[in-house]
Amino acid sequence: MFTSLLSISLGAILINNFIFAQFLGICPFLGVSSKMDTAFGMGIAVTFVMGLSSAICWVINEYILMNLGLAYMQTLAFILVIAVLVQLVEMFLKKSVPSLYTALGIYLPLITTNCAVLGVVLLNVQEDYNFIESVVYGITGGLGFLVAIALFASVRDRLQFADYPKAFEGFAISLVSAGLLALAFMGFSGMQIW
Amino acid sequence: MDNVLSAVLVLGIMGGVFGAVLAVAARIFHVDQDEHITLVREALPGANCGGCGYPGCDGYAAAVAAGEAPPDKCVVGGLPVAAKVAEIMGIDAGAQEKMVAFVHCSGEEGVAKKFFDYTGPQDCVAAMRFGNQGPKACQFSCIGLGNCARACQFDAMHVENGAAVVDREKCVGCQACVAACPKDIIKMVPYNQKVLVGCRSKDKGAQTRKVCDVGCIACMRCQKECPVGAIVVKDNLAQIDYDKCIGCGKCAEVCPRKIIHPQKIYVQTR
Repeated sequence: MFTSLLSISLGAILINNFIFAQFLGICPFLGVSSKMDTAFGMGIAVTFVMGLSSAICWVINEYILMNLGLAYMQTLAFILVIAVLVQLVEMFLKKSVPSLYTALGIYLPLITTNCAVLGVVLLNVQEDYNFIESVVYGITGGLGFLVAIALFASVRDRLQFADYPKAFEGFAISLVSAGLLALAFMGFSGMQIW
Repeated sequence: MDNVLSAVLVLGIMGGVFGAVLAVAARIFHVDQDEHITLVREALPGANCGGCGYPGCDGYAAAVAAGEAPPDKCVVGGLPVAAKVAEIMGIDAGAQEKMVAFVHCSGEEGVAKKFFDYTGPQDCVAAMRFGNQGPKACQFSCIGLGNCARACQFDAMHVENGAAVVDREKCVGCQACVAACPKDIIKMVPYNQKVLVGCRSKDKGAQTRKVCDVGCIACMRCQKECPVGAIVVKDNLAQIDYDKCIGCGKCAEVCPRKIIHPQKIYVQTR
């Protein structure tokens, strides 16, 4: 049990990192990574949504959709859950952390369409994970996102003083460095856990 | 047919339940939006400069509406805006003295000795990474790569001949440059202040002489000359108490380094 959870966790954070290996959730990854603290807040919010939606979606899938033979409605039902959760997070942040709410701006409701979140719940079904495994996969997947966006925010911090050609200014250099980061993460892909 | 019906039913019920959850949550997390916030926000200039000490105009409007901030804190809008905000809130505006930024360094090209030649990114923070002081030999000097000028939204800050200079007429006192300066040599001074010390060096006199032709050497002559005791040499640096200063200009006359500037002349000649 423990080793399988460990391998799921390591897999989600490093080996199959949602950003660098599966290329899911690139939009907020590029959009909110210009400052370290907002990037960190975004990572936490995504982790929360991913963990919670994994749990709820597993219950809905197992007890409602599967029982009624409605497996083909998975995507629709999961999107519904995710949208509600994001809405909840948004209300919560607006009330308790208004500064983070304004800093995240449009990217907060866009967690709804963050394909990493939908990806994690669909992968849970595909991999046939049980409840605990699903939740662990969701949370560690979110942590993987957090690691990726925090790493990238610090890279972009240094990019401000980098001396690159004029043509690369702005998003071009960001994409190049994101590609290099992904390349570095490919180093994990050969790793085998038990 | 059954299949379609159950799909519609299940998703319909799920949607309904989630909707109810959201409705309850909206009640719990409801944020009261004071109508004063909107009104005050509209009266403010909207430059989001942060000069009031709050995060942007929205933050300041919220603080005013909550009664936590006085109505006269907006430095860009000055008195007219303060009056308007006070009217919305139904309180007195109070008097406000205009403050402007001043660069406490006169170490322009040729005056301040060079430590090394710098050709890296044209950014003060980047230059600071070399020896923690930038290309000029004095560690309190203006680096002159214009972080303050880029921070200024009002075209009041310019780098002239290797040192930053404030255009007092254009300066609205938003303090963006104060925050942007990595050397911490830009300070807010009263607009009507007649004399100012254009140096921030806390080095001993001998050291200052080595690195700069005009830096304050703490000779104490200004302190002895001042009739009201407004200028005091502390930490090897002449410092003016703006409340006591009567603007007679005697300190500027006796200063052997000519580092105490009568204001107007300073702006026009440099």
